[in-house]
Amino acid sequence: MPSKLPLLPCAILCAILGTATRAAAPGPPAGGAAAIASGSGTAIASGGAAAPRLLSATGLYAADGSIDPRNMPFSPQYPLWSDGADKTRWIHLPAGTKIDISAIDAWRFPVGTKLWKEFAWGGRKVETRMIWKTGPDAWVFATYAWSDDQKDAVLAPEAGIPDVIAVAPGKRHSLPSVTDCKACHASSAAIVLGFTALQLSDDRDPLAPHAEPLPPGAATLRSLLAAGRLTPQRADLALRPPRIRTSDPTARAALGYLSANCGGCHNRTGALARLDLDLFHDVGGSATAPEPALATAIDTPGRYRMPGIPPAESRVVAPGAPERSTLLYRMQSRRPSSQMPPLGTAVADREAVDLVRRWIAAMPPAPATPAAIAAGRVPPGSPAPERAGDSPAAPTSR
Amino acid sequence: MRRPLPLIVGGVGLGLAVLALGGGPAPAPAAAGPAASPEAERGQYLVRIMGCNDCHTPWVMGSKGPEPDMTRQLSGHPESLLMPPAPALGQGPWAWTAAVTNTAFAGPWGVSFSANLTPDAETGIGKWTDATFIQAIRSGRHEGQGRPILPPMPWPQYLNATDQDLRAVFAYLRTIPAIKNRVPQPIDPPESQ
Repeated sequence: MPSKLPLLPCAILCAILGTATRAAAPGPPAGGAAAIASGSGTAIASGGAAAPRLLSATGLYAADGSIDPRNMPFSPQYPLWSDGADKTRWIHLPAGTKIDISAIDAWRFPVGTKLWKEFAWGGRKVETRMIWKTGPDAWVFATYAWSDDQKDAVLAPEAGIPDVIAVAPGKRHSLPSVTDCKACHASSAAIVLGFTALQLSDDRDPLAPHAEPLPPGAATLRSLLAAGRLTPQRADLALRPPRIRTSDPTARAALGYLSANCGGCHNRTGALARLDLDLFHDVGGSATAPEPALATAIDTPGRYRMPGIPPAESRVVAPGAPERSTLLYRMQSRRPSSQMPPLGTAVADREAVDLVRRWIAAMPPAPATPAAIAAGRVPPGSPAPERAGDSPAAPTSR
Repeated sequence: MRRPLPLIVGGVGLGLAVLALGGGPAPAPAAAGPAASPEAERGQYLVRIMGCNDCHTPWVMGSKGPEPDMTRQLSGHPESLLMPPAPALGQGPWAWTAAVTNTAFAGPWGVSFSANLTPDAETGIGKWTDATFIQAIRSGRHEGQGRPILPPMPWPQYLNATDQDLRAVFAYLRTIPAIKNRVPQPIDPPESQ
């Protein structure tokens, strides 16, 4: 026990200065990419394919520096919020291969598939991320940091690179660590989150926050089906492209946004399935089934406690009451302990926050709780049914 | 990339600070019972030498000074112990404070509470898998993919452990008594609220 005493001065200094020495994670110290076994989140040992040191060697570009025409651009209809970055994406499917879509919400890509996503602010390229399927159940995640002269990008260290560019006053964008890549991409059966049936649907949502125009030649469900790149052939996906199951345009956009930005982790197949919060739109779900988010978030007591809101009144989504909705509160937060998503963003998405607030506010209020009535938050005449979830002693696991 | 936080790399030593107040070494944490397998036995050994009980088991004042209350082994900050606002420390050199239980800590990161590591399904890690546990240590994120794990948890050291050792720790944690104890969520520092 006495041997621990010398550690204290370091602990205190680190706390004061905020300069903790993070021990190097196992793996290459200078440049890194990690491979995982699909669905397990388990790092595989050396012997797996390694990401090239330079982006120019990954196959994204042709010899003249233009995008290799074998790589297809695509644009998910519900883009992931990345602090306002301008993003461009491409996918490479090896010649003659098809994507197995028999599990419609967890596509299986052919070995050799690569996807790239370029991040730019103010016209300057900052990073390009790559996902590469290297084996039947193995993927490599890597990100490349662009050089100042914009001529090429270099593989970032496995721990990422902090604070590479200012994205708002006092806020800077960081290149993700490999563990952060895995935190989202290994938390879903899909692995690839932006190239899915919903994201590529030809029935694109006009109200999707930060929606981008389709680039020329972009891969969509119909184009992939027409080119024979999906198996089995699903003509129904071309005739009736997937869309969020609601007739309300605001709800459609909100649920689509939540599926894309939150459903990668909050779904029923990944490591957080035990939380019983499913925000992932299931294309394979029944046409008459409610959206998973409606079934699991609406009027559901959460474990998270919002400052100033009695626990009995807090809900993941409180119908008609944005101020009591932890989902919205955490979307707005960029404090480390409460922000959602917990990584990949330093600035709240105002457009999406406004959208989700309007969606929640427009819902018919749920029956009032006794605590709400006692607190004067609802008229005394409101119904006050007894519900197990109204008790702070009976929270769900969130 | 994680946001840089004021991490503490020698946090387990804080148990010693409490210990010093009472004078005299604390008894070696008693085992909750025989470990269930060679892997769990290895995990029990690792839990002892990694100092997990220093912060995840509430400390009480014993006849020879502060010591971990092994009847609440690794159950984290007691739900019933509501902490008042942390004392203001000014500009230093004092930088952080700890509860008498050594399960709540206030510093530049806000207020953190040690987690319930028992197999209770609702309030502990009973629903975790070994992959979840390993990912939490490797990433420094709650449940492996959530908010940052806060000081003084020395995960930046523990991430250097092998998968085999981390699996052993998790295997041992599965054998200890499940204790229902809902640990409070962290409190952000005042300037960020």
